[in-house]
Amino acid sequence: MGEDGRVLDPDREKRKIKADKRMREIMAEYYIEAKTPREQRGKPIAWITSGGPVEPLHVMDVIPVYPENYGAMIGASKMGVGLCETAEEMGYSRDLCSYARADIASATVNGGPIGGLPEPDMLICCNNICGTVLKWYEVQARYFNVPLFIFDTPITHTRFDDDMRRYVKRQSKEYIAFLERVCGKPFDQDRMKVVGELSLEGQALWQEILETTMHKPAPMTCFDAFFHLAMIVTLRGTQTAVDYYKMLLAEMRERVAQGIGMLAEEKYRLVWDNIPIWYRMRWLSEKFMARSACLVADTYTSGWTGWLPGADRNDFLGFMGESYARIFLNSGTDLMAENILRMVEKYHADGVVFHSNRSCKPYSLGQYDIQRIVQEKMGIPTLMIEADMVDERSFAESQIDTRIDAFIEMLG
Amino acid sequence: MVSVGVDVGSISAKAVVMGVGGVLAADVMLTGYNSRGAGRQVYERVLAATDLRPEQVDRIVATGYGRNSIDFAHKAVTEITCHAAGAYYLDAAVRTIIDIGGQDSKVIALDAKGKVRDFAMNDKCAAGTGRFLEVMARALELDLDAFGDLSLAAERAAPISSMCTVFAESEVISLIAKGEERANIIAGIHAAIAARVAAMAKRVGLRPTVMMTGGVARNAGVVKALAAKLEIPLVVSEQAQVTGALGAAILAAGLG
Repeated sequence: MGEDGRVLDPDREKRKIKADKRMREIMAEYYIEAKTPREQRGKPIAWITSGGPVEPLHVMDVIPVYPENYGAMIGASKMGVGLCETAEEMGYSRDLCSYARADIASATVNGGPIGGLPEPDMLICCNNICGTVLKWYEVQARYFNVPLFIFDTPITHTRFDDDMRRYVKRQSKEYIAFLERVCGKPFDQDRMKVVGELSLEGQALWQEILETTMHKPAPMTCFDAFFHLAMIVTLRGTQTAVDYYKMLLAEMRERVAQGIGMLAEEKYRLVWDNIPIWYRMRWLSEKFMARSACLVADTYTSGWTGWLPGADRNDFLGFMGESYARIFLNSGTDLMAENILRMVEKYHADGVVFHSNRSCKPYSLGQYDIQRIVQEKMGIPTLMIEADMVDERSFAESQIDTRIDAFIEMLG
Repeated sequence: MVSVGVDVGSISAKAVVMGVGGVLAADVMLTGYNSRGAGRQVYERVLAATDLRPEQVDRIVATGYGRNSIDFAHKAVTEITCHAAGAYYLDAAVRTIIDIGGQDSKVIALDAKGKVRDFAMNDKCAAGTGRFLEVMARALELDLDAFGDLSLAAERAAPISSMCTVFAESEVISLIAKGEERANIIAGIHAAIAARVAAMAKRVGLRPTVMMTGGVARNAGVVKALAAKLEIPLVVSEQAQVTGALGAAILAAGLG
């Protein structure tokens, strides 16, 4: 029996990932430290965008906090609609990203899980994930009256050239100068080497974990990856993340060795595109599972493993800007399509599920083209689900249910 | 082998009985608020139209939005797969299906064997569906069945631009107030539906033969507007409204 007295299914218990518990503990510790009153914690707090260059913050003993990770928590706790409505009452359009709406609303009413995020001492905004973050962070900078640093990363449509390289390198320098000014202490280059190495190690471990699903049966699904992702997002550049991912990787390898898959029967292997539908993770996971369809890989969680191969590991700051500029989301549709095609081949996928996410325009804009490219080049079926990552009002269950069923019938 | 397909849609419930020689009977009734009850009732009615007793039915497949509430069916299959099976049975040359039903519109691409290759459905909104037409018929105080013929007499299509059913209804009301001819307004409504569905059809890709299925296919005005917009002839079967139920009966026969 489980803790709440329910009778547990032994087969399902066997398939559960044991590291989950440690993950929850680490995330709780992380948020407890961040929520500790300023006088006791000593360290300042920076709010930073999910794909932002976080490593220099660790060097400066700043605690990074992620409104987007918090947005995912809001979504998963089904508190998205209430906060989105609050933002709409404040005058924000319903067409605005639901992470932005939820964050702006929760900052003013201290609503949401864990009673809102701790107040920031500075804001770090990197536009490699979207353009919305610029205005969103400007709004928050005005509201909290704190300094804002904007790290501008040009989009790589097809190639990244020397002008772009110089442009982002220059900004890395400005970023460090900003941190020295706000924190009132010099930047420690030696510590940067240590933090940089930990970040690279964490990213490499996370990539290895994701690649264990190349094995049939896959030891986990993308729904598990969506959960374990929080560590590389929030604690990238720390020993904690490296240690945790070592443990998780060992467990995944053990599962592969023993042939333990997340699904009792793995009939179809699928790739997921776009941000998860946080408030329907369980529903979707069970829906696909019931049809023996395993989502083995996704474009989202591998977005935090993009460090350039061949980059000089001793010169972290020299390559930081380029690495952050060249992430999946900041590239053109052609490159995004190539990425999905590679994943389909690598993970031996039978189809691709696209979440057309009303909130995330850069992620969703090229999907119809990518869908067509996948169909033409791979000859495999694709599915388009229209929803939103946090705002449940954009989720029509029976329509989505029918689409998934029809998609599975196409595969069968 | 006797098989039955039951298609419980958002507006109407359909059933088709098939025997060795082909279709034995078909029936349509309104779904109402109780989809489970409607499924049972349309099944009993269609059987009554034959001389068959329930125990003589070998296999039943349920489809449509109410498919999972039909507890007497042996299997539930989506209407996308069922429309494909039904349309292919009616005409093996069909490669594209445009199905406009009560609450959604779909475009389905078939391969040469009649298998679903790809499909697209409307966004979660009633624009471009049968429900849209129902709302407009109410605004114009007309019977929906008269819509098709009336629009064929239109001199021109009155412009209706809103993407939203409720706002489009307001546009219709203001057109009435301006004294626009009813036929022209109806032609405008049909053009609006055609524009929405055509965009989706082009996304999936149009390969002839294109067949239109679903209840709205009975409306000659929509068929005409859509064919004009797509610049391609549309095949409409007598069984357009029951194509999904027909496909379900065919798939039921295949269950063995």
